[in-house]
Amino acid sequence: MSVDSSTVKRVAHLARIKVTDEEAEALRGELNAILGFVEQLNEVDVTGVEPMTSVTAMRLKARSDEVTDGGKAAAILTNAPVSEDGYFLVPKVVE
Amino acid sequence: MTDLTCLTIAEIGEGLAVKDFSALELTDAYLAAIEGGNGALNAYVAVTPEKAREMAKASDTRITKGEAGLLEGVPLGIKDLFCTEGVHSQAGSHILDGFKPTYESTVTANLWADGAVMLGKLNMDEFAMGSSNETSHYGPVVSPWRARGSNMALVPGGSSGGSAAAVAARLCAGATATDTGGSIRQPAAFTGTVGIKPTYGRCSRWGIVAFASSLDQAGPIARTVKDAAILMKSMASIDPKDSTSADMEVPDYPAVVGQSVKGMKIGIPKEYRVEGMPEEIEALWHKGAEWYRDAGAEIVEVSLPHTKYALPAYYIVAPAEASSNLARYDGVRYGLRVDGEDIIDMYEKTRAAGFGREVKRRVMIGTYVLSAGYYDAYYLRAQKVRTLIKRDFEEVFEAGVDAILTPATPSAAFGVADEDMAADPVKMYLNDVFTVTVNMAGLPGIAVPAGLDEKGLPLGLQLIGRPFDEAGLFKAAQIIEDAAGSFAPDRWW
Repeated sequence: MSVDSSTVKRVAHLARIKVTDEEAEALRGELNAILGFVEQLNEVDVTGVEPMTSVTAMRLKARSDEVTDGGKAAAILTNAPVSEDGYFLVPKVVE
Repeated sequence: MTDLTCLTIAEIGEGLAVKDFSALELTDAYLAAIEGGNGALNAYVAVTPEKAREMAKASDTRITKGEAGLLEGVPLGIKDLFCTEGVHSQAGSHILDGFKPTYESTVTANLWADGAVMLGKLNMDEFAMGSSNETSHYGPVVSPWRARGSNMALVPGGSSGGSAAAVAARLCAGATATDTGGSIRQPAAFTGTVGIKPTYGRCSRWGIVAFASSLDQAGPIARTVKDAAILMKSMASIDPKDSTSADMEVPDYPAVVGQSVKGMKIGIPKEYRVEGMPEEIEALWHKGAEWYRDAGAEIVEVSLPHTKYALPAYYIVAPAEASSNLARYDGVRYGLRVDGEDIIDMYEKTRAAGFGREVKRRVMIGTYVLSAGYYDAYYLRAQKVRTLIKRDFEEVFEAGVDAILTPATPSAAFGVADEDMAADPVKMYLNDVFTVTVNMAGLPGIAVPAGLDEKGLPLGLQLIGRPFDEAGLFKAAQIIEDAAGSFAPDRWW
């Protein structure tokens, strides 16, 4: 499979990365090189093979459902580019 | 007095105990080495001299009180991927500009609890995506190694290029690193250092900036096998904050270094002979097998039939996981923000300005292979192939093989700004052809320096072990070190 420029732009939008027409064209070539490379996986017979979900034989751990951490609003906001009154600030999303 | 930066971690412990020097003197020697060398090598992106001296003084106090820890007073460099409280932690990316975590990663917290001293943060490929350390926002790291009679700048490998270069150039006694597809072992091989990626789950991933969560593991880069074993013992732990952290006690790795390998079965996989691999590497591989035979191990030919599919499967699985992990960089919670007309425009402009080319490429590949209609053809198929890759290894280990010996990389270090590599992303990816299988199967792998090529550049061999048999790898790796010796670059910086 290969991608065209409009697919590149659609994927860029899904990934929330702004690309110019020139960048989309360069990315098209690069992405197609990678997609061409991974094409060889089609040679492998995967009939009846389970997809891997965990690389080691372990059961996902569960702990009792209780509060173990918290009360760190100020620490969480420390690195925010813009914050006010204990909130992250974003551009207006509702009119 | 001898140059303190030449001491191994094991020797530092002995020297501090008998008061040959103080932890502060040792730290000052390293800070001076960084001051003198970092301009040329660009291995550190942030140096923390005040913190280092403060930690060293505290070490001296503990030594006087007889309370020295496993790594007391040992000056370490930390890959910029590890969150360190109040200190530069930007994963080599522009998008994390100014990020200073309010918490400490579990791995680094373990090191400090054992008395280690932090010298600063080490350069790396952006978000650990790269094999040459050239994708860093802070510019490439230059290897302390040069080909004989040449002044050409070489790459230290990547993504842990700063870690490998700093250890090789003696700008730290040891370093933390991470490995998603070869990012510890390939730079270790390029710089004549020892690097181990432990079994998935051995080191906590808590507080390490995530790239591909089912593949990422932390591990050390050091100058000797023994030093790597000491660091590994401290870094590994059982951590309730990482649900994939293994509930297994950490063995005494340094204690096994030097033990006999008599009766060990070492497998040689025929699929690791790749087209275009230099004869020198093939010869070194044979030599490695000879060393094991001489040490009383048994050499057996083994087959890992799905080896060639590990790299293409990786370039689906890793970007897919990365596209999801990197969704958090949105200009809202931390780092860079570029204003836009609305919130979507702000996201898109922030990520366009904040991510470098390689990161964009991988996030887009990941987004594409996970997008509607392509999931089964790409991601699901890759995860099935991954099951087959792991099964190959399981069959070899079930047949009684204790460790698998392979070359670490298909070539020695290449030049900074190599045109072939720049022109074709896949060519760069092929650097990891021997290391990536190990991540796909979650196994431990260690790269050990085994010799120099005809140009005088380091080459490494890799040992792959059974799950959680890091101890077996350290034991086996020492055989290579004993036979090949250690390698240090001539100082030009």
